[in-house]
Order: sequence, then C-alpha cells, then structure tokens
Amino acid sequence: MSYLSLTDADREEMLAAIGVSSVEELFEQIPPGVRFGRELDVPRALPEIELVAHLSELANRNVHTGVELSFLGAGIYDHYVPAVVDVLLSRGEFLTAYTPYQPEMSQGVLQAIFEYQTAICELTGMDVSNASGYDGCTVAADACFVAKHTSGRAKVVVAETLNPQVRHVVKTYAGGFGLEVVEIAHRGGTIDPDELASASADAAAVIFQQPNFFGCLEPAPDLAAAAADAGAHPIAHVDLMSLGVLEAPGAYGCAMAIGEGQSAGCPPLYGGPHYGFFAARQEFVRRMPGRIVGETVDLDGQRAFVLTLQTREQHIRREKATSNITTNQTLLALAGLVTLTWLGPQGLREVGETCVGLTEYAKERLGLPLAFERPTFKEVAVRLPRPARDVIRDARGLGVHPGYAVGRDYPEMDDVLLIALTEKRTPADVDRLAAVLGEVC
Amino acid sequence: MELIFEKSRSGRRSGRVPDYGLPKPELPQDLRRALPPRLPEVAEPEIVRHITALADRTFGIDTGFYPLGSCTMKHNPRVNERVGRLPGFRDLHPHQEDEGAQGALELMWSLQEMLAEIAGLPAVTLQPAAGSQGELTGLMLMRAYFADRGEERDTIITADTAHGTNPASVTMAGYSLERVETDARGNLDLDDLRAKVNERTAGLMLTNPSTLGLFDEGIEEVARIFHDAGALLYYDGANLNAVVGISRPGDMGFDIVHYNLHKTFSQPHGGGGPGGGPVAVRDTIEPYLPAPVVARDGDAYRLDHDRPRSIGRVRGFAGPFGVFVRSYAYMRAYGPGLKEMSEVAVLNANYLLARLKDVYDLPYDRHCMHEFVLSARNLKREHGIAALDVAKRLMDYDIHPPTIYFPLVVSEALMIEPTETEPKERLDGFVVAMRRIAKEAAESPALLKEAPHGRPVRRLDEVRAAKQPVLRYLFDEHPALVEAE
Repeated sequence: MSYLSLTDADREEMLAAIGVSSVEELFEQIPPGVRFGRELDVPRALPEIELVAHLSELANRNVHTGVELSFLGAGIYDHYVPAVVDVLLSRGEFLTAYTPYQPEMSQGVLQAIFEYQTAICELTGMDVSNASGYDGCTVAADACFVAKHTSGRAKVVVAETLNPQVRHVVKTYAGGFGLEVVEIAHRGGTIDPDELASASADAAAVIFQQPNFFGCLEPAPDLAAAAADAGAHPIAHVDLMSLGVLEAPGAYGCAMAIGEGQSAGCPPLYGGPHYGFFAARQEFVRRMPGRIVGETVDLDGQRAFVLTLQTREQHIRREKATSNITTNQTLLALAGLVTLTWLGPQGLREVGETCVGLTEYAKERLGLPLAFERPTFKEVAVRLPRPARDVIRDARGLGVHPGYAVGRDYPEMDDVLLIALTEKRTPADVDRLAAVLGEVC
Repeated sequence: MELIFEKSRSGRRSGRVPDYGLPKPELPQDLRRALPPRLPEVAEPEIVRHITALADRTFGIDTGFYPLGSCTMKHNPRVNERVGRLPGFRDLHPHQEDEGAQGALELMWSLQEMLAEIAGLPAVTLQPAAGSQGELTGLMLMRAYFADRGEERDTIITADTAHGTNPASVTMAGYSLERVETDARGNLDLDDLRAKVNERTAGLMLTNPSTLGLFDEGIEEVARIFHDAGALLYYDGANLNAVVGISRPGDMGFDIVHYNLHKTFSQPHGGGGPGGGPVAVRDTIEPYLPAPVVARDGDAYRLDHDRPRSIGRVRGFAGPFGVFVRSYAYMRAYGPGLKEMSEVAVLNANYLLARLKDVYDLPYDRHCMHEFVLSARNLKREHGIAALDVAKRLMDYDIHPPTIYFPLVVSEALMIEPTETEPKERLDGFVVAMRRIAKEAAESPALLKEAPHGRPVRRLDEVRAAKQPVLRYLFDEHPALVEAE
C-alpha cells in the first residue's frame, strides 16, 4: 500500500510521544461490545497495475459513445468537451482543495466561481447565481423551497413536459417542504398557457422546461406571463447550450432559471457527477440555497473574493438555513465556465444553430411521422411502426443507438423515439441512422 | 488579477463548430435570443494562462498540509483520476440499456457490497449526491418507515456538537428539532437524552466519533434508549475515517448510515465538490430506499426501478457514477487493509494532540480518534489572540488552517484532522508552527493580527461583501473599488 508514509520507527516514536504502547490502546474508548472482531470481508488489495487492468476490464464491458453511434439524450447530451477543460481538471490545486472557507488561500477558486456566476447570469438573464447545486433535478427542488418561502403558498405546478426525473425529485422533496405538486398535461407536446394560468391560481411557482423533455420549444414567454399573472413565480428549466440562440428566461419575466449543466463541460459519465445551476432575480438572493461568492476588498483595498451571504447557510443558521447543501459541484461548474469561455458568444450561437440545423435535417431525412408538430431545438420525437424498445434493441444490433424510448416515462407513447442531435453528430451520422431505422422498422 | 471577462476583446475566439453546410435554421421570432450573452471572447492561449494563474492562487492537498477538521483532506490517488477517465465510463450514457452497461453496474454493485460490509448493514443506495443529501435521504426514509407503521413522530434529536447540516436537513425533511447536550467527557448526556426521547421522537442523528473527535462511550445505551422508544438512529458518516474495519455503525445500533465518499474514500474535494453520499440501512428500511437500485440476477446486473414503497428519487440517474469509480478504485487498492487507513488516521491525530496540548487548551482530555479540538482561549485571555489569528498565521507557514469556531460547544475552537496520508515530517512541521505561533502570540501579537503575509490578498472586508453584495461582474456598470478603511 503506497498511500501511507509511516515507517516502523515513526510509529514507535509517535506511540512513545502519545504515551501508549500500541495503536490498539487508542481505541480503548470504543466499548468492547461494538468493536469489530474480524477482518473486513472485502476483496484483496490490488497493486496499481492490477487495479488499472481490473477497472479497464469493467470499463470495456460498457457500450459507450465511442463504439456505438448514439442519439441518446433525454436530459444528458453528448456535446463536445474542449481539451482546455483538462487544464483545469489536471491542476491539483483545484482538484484537491476544499470549499474556500479561507479566502487568502483560495482566491483562485473563489474568482473562478465568481466568473462562473457571471456566466450563468449572462446566459439566463438573471441577477444572481449560486456556486452550483447537485444536478438539474435537485435545483428544481431548491427552487420550490425558495418559492414557498417567498410566496407563502403551498403548491407548485410542474409541466408534464418537464424532465420526468426532475419531477420525481421535486415530489420526493415536496413532502418535507409541505408542498403539494400538481402536474399540468401537455397538448400536442407543449403546455397551453391558458390552462397553465388557471392551474397557477394559488401556486407558489410554476416550473416548465425550455426546450422541453420532448425537444419541443414551449411558448415560454406566454407560460411565464400566465404564471406571473396568477401570482406564481415562473421558473424556467433551461439548457445552457441552447442559450446562444434561445431567449434568456430573464428576458421573458422568469423569477428563477435553473437546469442541468452537464451539456456544458461534462461528459455523460453514466449520469454524474455533473452540476445543477441556480440563478434568480435579485429579490431572491437572501433565500438562495448554496454557496455564493462575492467581491470585496482586502485591507490594502485590493479586489478580493469571498464566500458571502453565509447567514443563509447551514453552518451559521443551522435549522433556519435556506438549504442543507455543503459540498456542491464546484469542479464541474468550473468545467462549465471553461467550456463556455472556449465557445464564447459566437461559438455558443454556432452550437445552437448546428443543433437546430441537424435536427431539421433528421426530421426530413428520417421521413418518420413526428410525434409533435412543434418547433424543436436538438431533439425530435418520432413515431415508429412498432414499440421503440424493440427498435432500439434491433438498431443496437447494427451498431447504432437510435435514441430514448419515451414509453419508459410516458406509457401511452411506447411507439415514440426521442432522437438527440448535438454538434458532434454529422449529417452522415444522420444518414446512417436513417438507413438503420429503415432496416429495422 | 483581471477577470476573464476583463480580458475579453470583441472578435476573439477559441472554439469553432464544424460547418456541415446545413441551411441556417429559423427559430420562432418570440423565442429567439435578442441580445447575445456577454460571454468572454478570448483565444485559447490566454484561457490556459488564466486557469493556470487561478490555480496558482489556490491551495490544495497537493500544495501542502491541510488539516481541516471533519473534512478528511487525505491524498487523492492519481490512479483514480486515470481510471475515472476511461472512455468506457466517461462516455457511457446513463440511458444506455442495462445490457450495454454491465461493467458500470457491476462496479456499483460491488461498491454497495463493500460499503454494506463496512457499515455492518445489509442494503445500500448509491444515489445521494453528497453527505447532506444522504442525511436528507435518511430522514425521508424514517418518515416513510413510520408512515407505513401508522406512527406519528415529528421530532429528531441531534447533539449540540452536530454539523450544521444535521439541523438544516431536519428542517428540510419537515421534522422539528430537539438538541441534546454533551457531558463533561464529551459523550451524549444520557440523562438529558432520557428526558427528551419519547413517543414523538422519530430518531437521533449522531456523528460518532463526534465532531470533538471522541467516540461516544455510551453508544450502546444511547441505542437502547432510542430503540426502546421505537425510534431509529441515523449515523452521520462524516467521521467514518476513524473507524473503518474497527467499529461498524450497524453494530453500534445505527439503522441508517451515510458515507461521504469525498472524505473517507478519497474522491477529490474539487474546491467544494463533487461528492457522493451513499446510504446504508437495516433490512426493515430497505423497501423505502430511493429508486432505482442496482440489482443482481445471477451474473447479470440491472437497475431496478420497480420499488413501490420507495421514497422516490433524490437526484438524477443512479448517483454520481464518476465518484463511484474513484472510491471503488480506492477501496480495491486497500482491500481489508482499510483498517490500517483508520488506524494511522487515529495515530496521526493522537500524535499531534500529544505534542500540542501543553500550549493550547484541551477541553476534553482523552485520547482522540481521527481528529481533535483544541481551544485558543488561553491565547485569547492572555494575549488577545483569537483562533482566527492562529489560523491566518498558519498560512505564513504554508499550512492550511484547521476548521475554526466549530464545534460550537468549544470557544475559540481549532478542529484538527491530519488524516492518515501525512508523513511524520509534515506532522512535526505543523507542531513546530503551532508551538511557534503560541510563542509569537505572547511576544509579537501584531504579527498574528496582521497575518497572513505574502498571500495574494490580505484579510478581507467580509462585512462589505455581505452588506453591499457584488455577486457577478457587471461590465460597464461594475462598481469601482473603493479602498478599505
């Protein structure tokens, strides 16, 4: 074992300094009845060479996007992660630092979080952003908590076109918050603003997704207005990679903008870790969950950054805190910052245009009936002549994963396939998908 | 140092997207972005220098000694980073069919098995994203368990030494909070406990060893009090690094346990995340675990979503998989030798304690476990030097300060956790620094009051940060810096 440094001589010297004759003596404070009397029954220790071989063997049993042409999305997307992200991830200072409680030793990570907050605010059109939440699901639950406490209302309305996992997490948390969760059905793939208006009457918040789970573009400004008119906080769940071409939630009156940051900077990694982002208008800042970095000055008047508004947080406010979050997703949020910087405004617009263009190309090229006649961003739901699960199985046999079986979450749509197209897919990839689907359908 | 936004010049760029020759798409006018986001416009060379400069202004475990109490800042093995980036893991889509993710599922299954053995409890969910989410999950499990039994219980008891996350989680889970005191030896006060546990009590949340670094000597009686009242015990695994292979929470009487994979099992802290907070439970609570769970049928593994009594999902997918890869690799590197990890963590802590207790106050004079709490109140009383000053002066010795002002039951607290991966020379260096600082407090207190020296910034105006919050760069409207008074 190579992670420990003590020699036998070190141990002897240390035990003598402590005044005990063995390490066991130090454990005498543990009552004998709860001491563990045998060796742990776990597999034997592996030296590094064997460890790498073992992990490689496990990894090789997974069918990843490098060996199968994949059109899977449904919340996690195969966007390009630029090589400069590796500069960040390989610097041990970022990798091995803790939450920056001591600002004099952590200016780098604090400044980076401040820059991340700025980028999130710019993209979403919001005033403030936290330093990240766990993922796109838990930030929705956080937003409900904020909405409840700022509105005094005990109900949230969620669109049925909001990612099913996000809705599940909101429902799991809602019990403890004392919140009722009401779902509003879609009409042909998107939410109807008039229906939303009546459902929002006594709601603390309305959460909708843009682009929605089916890839369709919601009438987001109308939804936000319908919610706001009813006195409910409009909350948009958005995709950072869409915000070079789609309007910022702040520009159409949302109170909060949240989402899964994975598409900007993180590989799929079988579901995580990624980062959730949480941005809001100024009025919510003192109810926001999570870490927030602010700018200030040091004794010499130099600009400096520090964790601030900590009276919201658990280590100060304990049971009165706005959230229990401590560890968040800083390193991944910073991967997001680097990715967005690498793209810049022009690159982000090009990504968006390419996604929309490829999706339009796929609609035309596949020639399958569309599940919904709505404008789309980077995903399209198509109807198949037989269950999507069967089509996926057969297409995978030909080396193509054609997409997500919508029936997994919406049982009435078991013939619907959701196909995702990021800028990493090419028109030739779409041609191959068309050929494979033609063969197996 | 300039912000990346201040380095931006219109027209510069790094990334380009391939031109596939597709027609330029038309988005509906009312949904299209009107004003482009002001992301930085910077070419790649300056992005790399910017990241490098920020890294230079950050202190990590790789930089030096980082004895931050209750955070377990141990070495992060680099092989874990290598295997975490294998394409078979990195590029695996979470919606991949189970049949195409057998290696990932087997890894998760095996990790669950090892975690179960370490906790002494049979069932594990890997889903929670961090320790505090593990806590919340544990409390939701209690709620579901009692609801199923038709019992109405509304109170959770925590220790006065508890991490702030415990009471915060209690509130988020919709419970009310009762606090129990610590006795003179640093154990839970059993009389206070007996007076507070009743038929309304859902359970206890306890860190053991506590945030004082002390193992609760009355833990068997504590468990009896709760179980006799029909209540449950929750183990906050923040300090598990002290007892792996030495004492198991399940054997102590705990019914629900969370682990911090980023503490005990070496997932790098990343400047504040990501982490992982799996939860282990007794078989009576297993039906309520979040869905999905990893199930095994013979040699095949699958995600089981069919969990009718589950509390539901607490985050996306099956958990932070990349963290699982690293922690799994870490545990496989040690094998049953994980016990030695905890032994050395406890030895290192006791060595520091033995060499420092004559110069700083020691509120509870016992052997410690993996961490201990000293108090600078003697320096405060005699020389006006606070724990904060000691912490800032440590920076001048290139040492990251310990956790300060926590736990709340100790005034001027310095909470010190060296971890097992420090060599004796580093421990001795810390002893020298701490002893010298105590001397400096008497001889040249101004040196401590003005510390740190030679860091990129001096002490900060934290009041100004909170009173006049500037939480993002504001471009042309960004407030000019006014010199501190």
